[in-house]
Amino acid sequence: MGKYVIRRLLQMIPTLLGATLLIYWLNFSLPGDPTAGRCGERPCSPTYVAWFNHEYNLDKPFVVQYLLYLGKVVQGDLGTDFYNHSVLHELAIRYPTTLKLALIAVLFEVVVGLIAGIWSGMRQGKFADTFVTVVTLLLISMPVFVLGGLAQLIFGIRLKWFPVTAGATAGFYELLMPGLVLGALSLAYATRLTRTSLVENLRADYVRTARAKGLSRFRTIGIHTLRNSLLPVVTYVGGSIGALMGGAIVTERIFNVNGVGSYIYRSINQKDGVGLVGSITCLVLVFLIVNLIVDVLYSVLDPRISHD
Amino acid sequence: MTDTPTTPTPPVDPEVRPVKVEPPSPAAASSSPVVLKRKTSAAKSRSLWGDAWEIMRRRPLFWIAAALIFVFLVMTVFPQLFTSKDPGYCNLSLARVGPGDGAVFGYDAQGCDVWARTVYGARASILVGLLTALVTAVVGGLLGMLAGYLGGWVDVVLSRLADIFFAIPLLLGAIVLMYSIPSSVDSPMMWFVLKVVLAMMIFGWPPIFRLMRSSVLQVKPNEYVLAARALGAGPLHVVGSHILPNALTPVIVVSTIDLGGYIVTESTLSFLGIGLPDTVMSWGRAIARASELGLIRQVPHMLLFPALFLCLTVLSFILMGEVVRDALDPKLR
Repeated sequence: MGKYVIRRLLQMIPTLLGATLLIYWLNFSLPGDPTAGRCGERPCSPTYVAWFNHEYNLDKPFVVQYLLYLGKVVQGDLGTDFYNHSVLHELAIRYPTTLKLALIAVLFEVVVGLIAGIWSGMRQGKFADTFVTVVTLLLISMPVFVLGGLAQLIFGIRLKWFPVTAGATAGFYELLMPGLVLGALSLAYATRLTRTSLVENLRADYVRTARAKGLSRFRTIGIHTLRNSLLPVVTYVGGSIGALMGGAIVTERIFNVNGVGSYIYRSINQKDGVGLVGSITCLVLVFLIVNLIVDVLYSVLDPRISHD
Repeated sequence: MTDTPTTPTPPVDPEVRPVKVEPPSPAAASSSPVVLKRKTSAAKSRSLWGDAWEIMRRRPLFWIAAALIFVFLVMTVFPQLFTSKDPGYCNLSLARVGPGDGAVFGYDAQGCDVWARTVYGARASILVGLLTALVTAVVGGLLGMLAGYLGGWVDVVLSRLADIFFAIPLLLGAIVLMYSIPSSVDSPMMWFVLKVVLAMMIFGWPPIFRLMRSSVLQVKPNEYVLAARALGAGPLHVVGSHILPNALTPVIVVSTIDLGGYIVTESTLSFLGIGLPDTVMSWGRAIARASELGLIRQVPHMLLFPALFLCLTVLSFILMGEVVRDALDPKLR
């Protein structure tokens, strides 16, 4: 087990280096002007451009640039943004809000997704199944920003169940609607995946054997089938974190949540390349680590995967 | 990320896995139109797609999805068939007027006709979706084919590259790329469209690559491939007439389903302000403008109608892909 974890960690290193290199190259070496938004609407003065190029090592060969950048990232220095604040500090004060939002979304996705998936898988072909299929299809075809706008309109403005926007200091209640909106798409995929894999496993020989032995329906499904059916769902939930990160940018903008996503949105609109690259590099690191954890968890849940 | 099964993030449907494909016999492929008419007697000699067609044409969902896709494609090419109004003509005195006489969908905050702008907005979104699905399938498919067929160090290098690109979530990667390639306001529409296509292709090819690679690896050890090689067929011939026809099906299915996802990603980028600009009419921008809080309160029809069209388009491509996948999946027969 320990060996497996270490091997996965080592495997992650080239991916990590490649991903950061790619993002860095895209931002600083493409024809775009890295100082575009640093001086407001005007172009920057030659003195500032020279200082900026020196400060971010853009006057050195690309490989040296990247290595120096990497060295800084390892030390926790992601550069300074448009307001001359440290990007890491800006992210540090925002991440608790985004984490809360993501937790609501993931909980919603897992709990409701599993229940709905199992429910429709057990009642295959009946009304419940059709209903769940139609709802998940609708959710899948609806981009987050459409769902967010509709939720604001219906639950915020018309029904007044939830506050329309979250504001600067958002508690659990204010974050509830944005979290549900954020989790909805992944919820739909998780539901369908649970259903498909449950239906596939219900046809398996070992389930028939369990039934033939006279085990109750609850035991056959709850103990025998579910454990196998949930394996792909675990992997999916890990992968869905990436989609949640993208979705968080949109959701936080719509509901005015002051988190990492709205920081990225602000960086885009102020053409703040340093802020943008810093925060996206951070998110990619988190995504990779979460997936590493999921992979390890998967191998614990599924004894068929060897650890050597 | 290589030795444990990983599920791609949306827009790729997690349920999708390589469809196991039985090799169609050459006789069936050439005579399929004739065979189709004889439903009962010639079941064994039908081609894979002939079989799938028999199943699909009995499903109402297939016809609904096909009809919707047809309507949206016509709207992409000939928007003037659906509206006689000029979408660029806006009258401020009509701003925020709701649905009613002469304007089925009402007017937006600038007094432009919402129906006309929605119809003309189809072009950008659908063009981006189609092109991205096509380019991604070609690039991912070709690389996957190379990796699967050649194996060895080519496979190692390409697979590690795919891992790297796969580690960056599609939307985040596309944001960085869109941000980094500069464009001026008066660039032509196609420039913006191609830029979005490029951004999504660069971060969207790994799932198709993996799919193609695994399909090729499945097909390659078959006896008929071995036989073709033994008979002296060159690599191009083997790939072209034995491997490609069998490995292509899953790629086509997944690309159709992904097409909907690409339209969503494009509109999300446009919504965030770095996809298509305001000068190009698109659903993403229309929804972004309608989502401003004051407008949602006062002019909800500005949000509802472009959103409805966007969702219907995405839905129709996803449905089509799923119907085709179900029809091709021998497990469900």
